[in-house]
Amino acid sequence: MADTAVLAAQAPAVEGRARPGDAALAARLDALDLPRGGFTRTAREDAAQRLQAMGLPGARDEYWRYTDPAPFNAARPQPAEPAADATTLFTGIERLNIVFVDGRLDAAASDALAAEGVEIESLAAAEARADHWAAGLYGRLEAAGQAPVKRPFAALNTLAAAEGVLIRVTGRLERPVHITYRRSAADADVYLHHVVKLEDGAELTLLETGAIGARSNVVIEADLGRGARFHHIGAKRANDPKLGLGHIFARVAAEALFKSFTLSVNGLMMRNEAVIDIAGDDAVAHIAAAVLGDGDIGRFHHDDTVFITHAAERCESRQVFKKVLKNGAEGIFQGKILVKPGAQKTDGYQISQGLLLDEGSQFLAKPELEIYADDVKCSHGSTTGALDETALFYLRSRGVPKERAVVLLVLSFLADALDEIEDQRLRDDILGRLEDWLTARAGNPGKAEPGRA
Amino acid sequence: MLEIKNLHVKLEDEDKQILKGVELTVPAGQVHAIMGPNGSGKSTLSYVLSGRDGYEVTEGQATLDGESLLEMEPEERAAAGLFLAFQYPVEIPGVGNMTFLRTAVNAQRKARGEEELSSAEFLKLIREKARKLKIDAEMLKRPVNVGFSGGEKKRNEILQMAMLEPRMCILDETDSGLDVDAMRLVAEGVNALRSPDRAFLVITHYQRLLDHIRPDVVHIMADGRIVRTGGPELALEVEQNGYGDLLAEVG
Repeated sequence: MADTAVLAAQAPAVEGRARPGDAALAARLDALDLPRGGFTRTAREDAAQRLQAMGLPGARDEYWRYTDPAPFNAARPQPAEPAADATTLFTGIERLNIVFVDGRLDAAASDALAAEGVEIESLAAAEARADHWAAGLYGRLEAAGQAPVKRPFAALNTLAAAEGVLIRVTGRLERPVHITYRRSAADADVYLHHVVKLEDGAELTLLETGAIGARSNVVIEADLGRGARFHHIGAKRANDPKLGLGHIFARVAAEALFKSFTLSVNGLMMRNEAVIDIAGDDAVAHIAAAVLGDGDIGRFHHDDTVFITHAAERCESRQVFKKVLKNGAEGIFQGKILVKPGAQKTDGYQISQGLLLDEGSQFLAKPELEIYADDVKCSHGSTTGALDETALFYLRSRGVPKERAVVLLVLSFLADALDEIEDQRLRDDILGRLEDWLTARAGNPGKAEPGRA
Repeated sequence: MLEIKNLHVKLEDEDKQILKGVELTVPAGQVHAIMGPNGSGKSTLSYVLSGRDGYEVTEGQATLDGESLLEMEPEERAAAGLFLAFQYPVEIPGVGNMTFLRTAVNAQRKARGEEELSSAEFLKLIREKARKLKIDAEMLKRPVNVGFSGGEKKRNEILQMAMLEPRMCILDETDSGLDVDAMRLVAEGVNALRSPDRAFLVITHYQRLLDHIRPDVVHIMADGRIVRTGGPELALEVEQNGYGDLLAEVG
């Protein structure tokens, strides 16, 4: 049932002059079962207002020029059968498992939500508590991340998400927290909102794998205290015909380290937005992605939109985005580095590269630097190209069969992004999966994909 | 071993004839050198023999032990025993030198129906061969040719040759960019591989390399053909008089 307070906030922002998108937004909200909220209630009301003021995105929005928001604006997703579950990532590693099925916590399949040095619970279970630590974060980092670029789907998430994981770490959590998503319903429209708080000096690795929904909208808010270390790895199920939206909002305090890596292998349409605010001196923030897209398996469109703000001195940021595209697949990268006045000795780096395996695919990149400090080092680069024929010949001339040579060169192309995964066990796992996937595809260049019924 | 008959080759995209009837026979156990001015077609010959794209054979043939090379894929030629040491070895970031070599060695063994080498066998073999070429463990771990000096890249080529044990080795200007010490090291590596059932075709501009790798036969190539063939003394003649006189003679 919809909450009355939230509904009250849904009146058109400008009285008497309905905007073209208002009806669509109303229909969008009507289709949702908006949670009432406990400790998040005010945050949800605020989000509803933000969303009304922003409206749904259209093609005229600067940050939606390359990605058509229509499938995300639609009231309901197109039903799509999930890909078979072939996820074996990270299974050899001791970890704390949390399982969501169609966006609902599966307590029976999850581990006991308890570990030394950490408070961990599900959002739905925590709502009833009055003075929750997450009250100061839920929807707050998202709200802070709405300027200067509007992110209406993140506000929608704050408003609509009934579930998620709340993690507060006070020590060094040895075991990674592993969120596994499963989907069973062909039309699951899933909203999940995770909040992560790392106290000073705390350390956490957060893993996300699996298929979330036919359409998914996931927000992670991460608040890193002084000297905290946060590693995030997302590897959603390969070949799942999904529409996925992800936002990660991070606030990074002095001397803290933030690292996020995502792997995407096929799908329909995905957009990942990262909004990172480097707020304390000597902090480090790295964000990387490796993307493989085959337009033959389903229309493939993958958009990474990144906004990193340097607001402190001597901080380092790094963006490494690599996309391998074929059969009409589309890769987008919009990455910005904003260096605020006084953020001296900033070291900002950004690279985005598209490897096009045929002529029908495209990679579009929009790098932006905006710098208001005079003693900084910022660089960006973007390339789009085909496989290096000379390197391919070099490998083949040594006896490496063409298919295998292509696999090696694709892995070579992705290496810089994979290197951003610090934990070697996790990196090897991802690498192994990539190799398996690439090898299976190379030997079977037709349309059929193992694991996709 | 290697037999090239009346080989005519043009560029695939352009109407430009590069090789205009190359005749060459390299028997097992011998080292042949090909010298010639820039643009004479030396490198093209090495690429066409090893199967690089971009060339079109319009006439003639090339066989290795009687098997026609020209219809084979590059990897099949490698498995058949052909090896080309590149003038400019290619850098492949993100792929370890060791992984690359092991993939290559085992792919060739597999193609020939031989058993693949285990990790332990491979390691033992590569350490032994690398030591002789003064290639340290660090270089083996690094990505293929990335950050290697010119000399290291060429030594890495010779290491690959030593690991793959080809029967027909083509060295394309392996001396370019090498100082005297590096050249000696490379030459020693090549000489160590000389054997009665292996042949070499050494492409070079200069006689210098041939002081270290003594050829049995020297060919002079000009305008897409072998225009003179002789003993090692032919290389000395080139060194002293340049190509001008020689080519004028051939006229």
